[in-house]
Amino acid sequence: MKIVVLMKQTFDTEAKVTLDKEGKINRQGVNLIINPYDEFAVEEALRIKEKHGGEVSLVSVGGDSVQEALRQALAMGADRAVLINPEVEEIDEYTTATILAKAVAGMEYDLILGGWRAIDDGSAQVAGRVAEILNIPVVNQVTKIEIEGDKAVATRDIEGGNEVVEVPLPAVLTAQKGLNEPRYPTMKGIMQAKKKPMEKKGLADLGLDAGQVAAKVKALSFFLPSPRAAGKIFEGEVPEVVAALVKALREEAKVI
Amino acid sequence: MTKGIWVYAEVRDGKIKKVTYEILSTFRRFADQLGEELCAVLAGKNVAGLAPELGAYGADKVYVLEGDKLEHYTTDGYTKVVADLLKEYQPAAFLLGCTIRGRDLAAQVAQRLQTGLMTDCTDVALEDGQLVFTRPIYAGKAYTRVYCPEARPVMATIRPNVLSVAAPQEGRTAEVIKISADPGDLRQVIRDVVRQVSTRPELTEADIIVSGGRGMKGPENFKIIEELADVLGAAVGASRAAVDAGWVPQSMQVGQTGKTVSPTIYIACGISGAIQHLAGMGSSKCIVAINKDPEANIFKVADYGIVGDLFQVVPVLTEEFKKLLASS
Repeated sequence: MKIVVLMKQTFDTEAKVTLDKEGKINRQGVNLIINPYDEFAVEEALRIKEKHGGEVSLVSVGGDSVQEALRQALAMGADRAVLINPEVEEIDEYTTATILAKAVAGMEYDLILGGWRAIDDGSAQVAGRVAEILNIPVVNQVTKIEIEGDKAVATRDIEGGNEVVEVPLPAVLTAQKGLNEPRYPTMKGIMQAKKKPMEKKGLADLGLDAGQVAAKVKALSFFLPSPRAAGKIFEGEVPEVVAALVKALREEAKVI
Repeated sequence: MTKGIWVYAEVRDGKIKKVTYEILSTFRRFADQLGEELCAVLAGKNVAGLAPELGAYGADKVYVLEGDKLEHYTTDGYTKVVADLLKEYQPAAFLLGCTIRGRDLAAQVAQRLQTGLMTDCTDVALEDGQLVFTRPIYAGKAYTRVYCPEARPVMATIRPNVLSVAAPQEGRTAEVIKISADPGDLRQVIRDVVRQVSTRPELTEADIIVSGGRGMKGPENFKIIEELADVLGAAVGASRAAVDAGWVPQSMQVGQTGKTVSPTIYIACGISGAIQHLAGMGSSKCIVAINKDPEANIFKVADYGIVGDLFQVVPVLTEEFKKLLASS
């Protein structure tokens, strides 16, 4: 089974987000990690490989810093990585999906996994777009995957429950939290990862030009949420503080 | 020339979801300012009966896509019939609620139509004839204002509970256009659907949320916040700590690796207020924190806080709300 994992490097969830002098997101000094949902996808790919045999390839779009995230996933057990640096000013989900799909189209694949969303942009559309471009089915937000011959059977979240969906392979499945518990790389894995192939490509290597991947959506500005004003803290005997709280919610905040 | 603002009317359990009305109410205003028609798309099996409600909330026309294969939502089936309709009529904008299905459908349709998609938007404005959307990034640690200058339709998903909904206008009717729709072969086959029986609202759509964290000390104690939630008609949420401890299912998690919520009231019980949790609930209108640690981070964002033992405070609070709601 040839498995491709779509991966993104993101800010650490602990990161405090600030703006730089130009009013854009400040990337200086921020700890970077594998997008947690993509980490579930990497882990699931490894488990499927362990059960059914095969190969796990990682594909990511970004700059040189992404190599670190890819090395980490290689240390977990993935076999090879491809990093595409588009070197274009503005990218959106259309850009990323177009590049990823083109890179994947040139590889062998039976199954494509990715996180259902990234914790930075949170737009939850790149993997679906890749499926659409490759003309293969997608199942989003999956918490369980079984491979049955040339089919995948995935359990996906729906509102108020879940559903079990069967799709023919190849297919794109996106990981939801709960799919698995990602492993930590072992020392041996980290050593081996240094020797695993990491291909670096540009748009031209994929036969694309900047015009074909031009972003459809443009950002006008970024801003931070205004800090919440200091609230009222009630201290004292339970019945009194509870009564004071309920009164405040009704008469002051007028929310109940 | 593209024209018209189109809205996807999401149906669940035979009812139109509230977020559809929220979108219709807001975009009715933009449609009037632009001199455009506001149209709704309703898809499913035997759903035409819901069309009049969409008219009452502002739709001028309702396109009803009906077919046997649309009885259950499938990504392939709905993408096909909705994208085909949009290709034919070429609207200027197409908006959906940012629900699990709305997100799923929007991404596929956007790619098929080769257009941009802005997801989970919390605000929208009309500037120089362009729709400009505000959307959270880093789970609400920052926001960005985005627009889609050229590609059409402009597509966006709107977070439930953030746009206000106008009262339906009795007697206002929409023209209903019925289309029999057959999506052809579906690659996704639904083998089974498991519904958790819950009378509580969805977390992302709830007006009030009561959440528990590490301070709950164990799964058995969640019943005290469930009792409070039920008195208020609220949803029950949890912090990552409570989910990772295995006390409650992941579907209840609020925060950067869980759900992002914007209720009117968010009551945090025994939640310290890690940055990832605050990102997920920081846009709530009124935050109430109950925690025994006066230094807990959650108090820095709370509008109201009680420093005390939640096991003593919450049951009294439940009784107090019961009395209040019985008398009003």
